[in-house]
Amino acid sequence: MSRCLADRSIDHVVLERGEVAHSWRTERWDSLRLLTPNWQSRLPSFTYAGDDPDGYRTLPEIVAFISNYAKSNAAPVHSHTRVTSVRRTEAGYLVSTDQGDWGCRTLVIASGAFNIAHMPAFAGRVPRPVAQLTGQNYRNPEQLADGGVLVVGASSSGTQIAHEIQRSGRPVMLAVGEHIRAPRVYRGKDLEWWMDAAGVLDERYDQVDDINRARRVPSLQLAGTPDRSTLDLNALTASGVEIVGRLAGITEGGKAQFAGSLRNMCALSDLKMNRLLQLLDEWARNKGIDGAVEPPQRLPPTSVPDEAPLGLDLAAGKIKTIVWAAGYRPDYSWLDVPVIDRKGMIRHDGGVAEAPGLYLMGAVFLRRRKSTLIDGAGDDARELSAHLASYLDGMPLRLTA
Amino acid sequence: MAEAKTIAKNGVNVEALIAAREALSKTPQAAQFKWRATNEWKNGTHSHSTVEGYYGLGQEHRHKKAFTFDADHPAVFAAEDNGITPVEFVLVGLASCLTAGIAAVAQHRNIQLRSVKATIEGDMDIQGILGIDSDVRNGYNGIKVSYDIDADAKREDIEALVAQSQKRSAVYDIVVNPTNVTVVVN
Repeated sequence: MSRCLADRSIDHVVLERGEVAHSWRTERWDSLRLLTPNWQSRLPSFTYAGDDPDGYRTLPEIVAFISNYAKSNAAPVHSHTRVTSVRRTEAGYLVSTDQGDWGCRTLVIASGAFNIAHMPAFAGRVPRPVAQLTGQNYRNPEQLADGGVLVVGASSSGTQIAHEIQRSGRPVMLAVGEHIRAPRVYRGKDLEWWMDAAGVLDERYDQVDDINRARRVPSLQLAGTPDRSTLDLNALTASGVEIVGRLAGITEGGKAQFAGSLRNMCALSDLKMNRLLQLLDEWARNKGIDGAVEPPQRLPPTSVPDEAPLGLDLAAGKIKTIVWAAGYRPDYSWLDVPVIDRKGMIRHDGGVAEAPGLYLMGAVFLRRRKSTLIDGAGDDARELSAHLASYLDGMPLRLTA
Repeated sequence: MAEAKTIAKNGVNVEALIAAREALSKTPQAAQFKWRATNEWKNGTHSHSTVEGYYGLGQEHRHKKAFTFDADHPAVFAAEDNGITPVEFVLVGLASCLTAGIAAVAQHRNIQLRSVKATIEGDMDIQGILGIDSDVRNGYNGIKVSYDIDADAKREDIEALVAQSQKRSAVYDIVVNPTNVTVVVN
């Protein structure tokens, strides 16, 4: 966004509570890799120039990529500046920070969609001796005590974390709720290549049946595996992970309750995956590229135990740590403008918030399905900066397709 | 000339459901429902239940008539079999809910159903309810539902109907997830 505003000669500052790429530096685990291939992070005037376009960036490489982008733009970043509140004023907005106040006519919220790891209310009933971590403060298996680990959540984070902890010799139990299974490689090409080429990632927010539902869909169960293997529940089970149903509750006595719906959760995930693959097959056929890729394939159905345990006494010692990987939500506690809905999300129309001169970037399916990815930021920024520019000019712009 | 798409007729008023969904998403208070029943002991394990009134959309409602049910235990439990057992009511509830869901989803997805039949079976070790073995639970160890469905659709689409029905089923949720139950004496 900063790059786009600079291209339009719009005076601006970027306030960052830590260093550039703060959450990548401080809120992710050590072995994390981006789940999109390197070629697919295309920022305005800045693309991948390395020799491994089909590989997946490691965490240090992600940090370097974003930091280098900021430097190459000479972005006007004020780091170590934490915003404490944003309020409306006559002229626009008053932004209070721990380094002083700013007044502005327009404001872009790019503080991220994943600030707070979700933990259910019953997390308070986890017995004291069991350690608890989330996808944000988990770093590597060595910080965990020896012994069993319960990982809650089987989307991208949960499956990766469960896999690496299991490989460290600590038996893992993975609580599985709604998840979106997908093969890493399909018919010889990266799944993200397919999603990009077939236009799935370009689907617009105003063309989708139920955008609210689409924005709440969990992350694709994909990982940036160096060997490009598919890290699905079958792979986890093969490596020794025990899958159980969604963590539905914890009793006052510290007994975890797993839902009896595991079979259907896996069936729904398999059905969704096969619908996507069928869509991709149809696209390939219509595009005439069937000959250029391997023939259509389907993964075997997710293997579900006949009788997965429905409960576990967390005080009995089998589990020493719980890692919560059950999703995130944004932190808008500092936003004192009445644009927050009853679910704690900002009310917006494709990134144009319901307050004059206020914009949102970096939210799931903000304007297109790819808005969730680094690759989507460019188009979002180009379109929203156009709206912002015309707002500053006093001529409200109506954004069209 | 383009062929008009046949509209499935499964008897479900999906338009009304979609309209209700729209309206209720704006007024969540109206979506708060209360379902009720009363029960009166007759003799032994035989009791008589009545279901008539329920609350929702901000007001009280009544079914078109008072529905009544007998519950009892069978002869092998040294009882009189004046009605089905309470645990069989649960199976009836689950099958009914899933079947209704299949019809609703089929209508929404414009799939014509011709026949939908379910067989449901729950495994129970009665050492639980008889208090013989405290490691055995009172309820079902597992429930299996098998569907025979004849519809104008591929097998994969029929399986998707059944999967989606479970996803949105109230009784399925009640059975697979914990529910708070409070019992008081007046």
